[in-house]
Amino acid sequence: MDLKNSSFWGFKRENGRIGVRNHVLILPVDDLSNAAAEAVANNIKGTLAIPHPYGRLQFGADLELHFHTLIGTGCNPNVAAVVVICIEDQWAKKVADAIAATGKPVAYFGIEQHGDHDTIMRASKKAKEFVQWASELRREERPLKDLWVSTKCGESDTTSGCGANPTVGNAFDKMYDHGVTMCFGETTELTGGEHLVAARCRTPEVRKKFQFMFDRYQAVVEAHKTSDLRDSQPTKGNIAGGLTTIEEKALGNIQKIGRKCLVDGVLDKHEVPTGPGLWFLDSSSAAAEMVTLCGAAGYTVHFFPTGQGNVIGNPILPVIKLCANPRTVRTMSEHIDVDVSGLLRKEMSPDQAGDALLESMFRTANGRLTAAEALGHREFVLTRLYESA
Amino acid sequence: MIHFVVHDENDSVGVVVVEGVKSGDQLTGWIMDQDKDLAVQAKSDIPIGHKLAIRPLKGGDTVIKYGVDIGKTIAPIAVGEHTHVQNLRTKRW
Repeated sequence: MDLKNSSFWGFKRENGRIGVRNHVLILPVDDLSNAAAEAVANNIKGTLAIPHPYGRLQFGADLELHFHTLIGTGCNPNVAAVVVICIEDQWAKKVADAIAATGKPVAYFGIEQHGDHDTIMRASKKAKEFVQWASELRREERPLKDLWVSTKCGESDTTSGCGANPTVGNAFDKMYDHGVTMCFGETTELTGGEHLVAARCRTPEVRKKFQFMFDRYQAVVEAHKTSDLRDSQPTKGNIAGGLTTIEEKALGNIQKIGRKCLVDGVLDKHEVPTGPGLWFLDSSSAAAEMVTLCGAAGYTVHFFPTGQGNVIGNPILPVIKLCANPRTVRTMSEHIDVDVSGLLRKEMSPDQAGDALLESMFRTANGRLTAAEALGHREFVLTRLYESA
Repeated sequence: MIHFVVHDENDSVGVVVVEGVKSGDQLTGWIMDQDKDLAVQAKSDIPIGHKLAIRPLKGGDTVIKYGVDIGKTIAPIAVGEHTHVQNLRTKRW
């Protein structure tokens, strides 16, 4: 596929970023605000509440990451407008003000001294105003470079490493030359192949930061493991699919960054990319946590290769699933957007598979719902760094 | 028809990509990086996605896949034998 003059149709936001979805988010800052947020989303059709279990008595870096993830999600260009609800007025304002810096419409509501009924009524009035405004926004044609694409694989098996993941790598290699902003992560799942990622880092500084992130995560594993990590890495699903060791899983994982792309930069969990190219995002390898961090970092489309059939979605990021395992494609077809099982029968070349994924990406960016969106998968999972106070 | 794929010709193992491989089956493999074919007789029943050895391995040998170390054997493995958690372990963690 010649990507030279390729384009997609997206929503231009006030800060110049381009979204491919037009969500009006009802964003609870803490667990206590979920009920009100979900009531508002129930009242006002076309809005989307994203409930989650955290936000009380977190502190330090863990609290900062909590705020970053909520604020980043609100700032994501797939979001048109945001209604923030928090038990406390001040934190609602803190999150709302940070999202408002993008220029998009934001309103905030505190529950204390009002109660749920009054909060739901006031927030619903604002949500109705936002959703009617957003419904009149129109897509415009934009060059490929305005797309931000993230990737993470899940319920991997050996077909991920020889089929679905190299397909992502092929698409990433093709987009890399066209100024697309891309990322990968899953820090612990690089174990055994970390030297290959380090060798792909563009500069010694990038390599040093990558190694720091990798070693920091290994130290967490070392500090908390009881016997060894073989009980959870590879997962039971991975092992059922034929993956035996973490090294084997990591080498399959790394196929997603292709053969040509360099790692241009490294992001901590609370950082966002500052330019085009391929970024490494330090992250958990748990699917929903990682994809939630991609959304908070500003990515607008996600590639999710699976082997045994992970069903994850995300509230704001369209998650495109691809699979090379013919059994999974047969038994879980409703979850698979791109079938690349022909690769393993030599009926499809890696180039054709990469093009099939890119074609699905353009259709998704232009508005076609992914399987995960149509099935209602909206896993929004915040990463925690340690226990609450 | 391809029954298993191998990433690189220096690898010790291949991946079964069809369902229902039984011990004794004559299998055709495809070495992807070098685009070559390879014939192996299955020595075990091997589920789709699982590995088979394509060269003989002694206990304690390093197993190579993608041209890279993926762990060590904890038992000898014959060519065509199922290679998984019962005879292959990580060197990490």
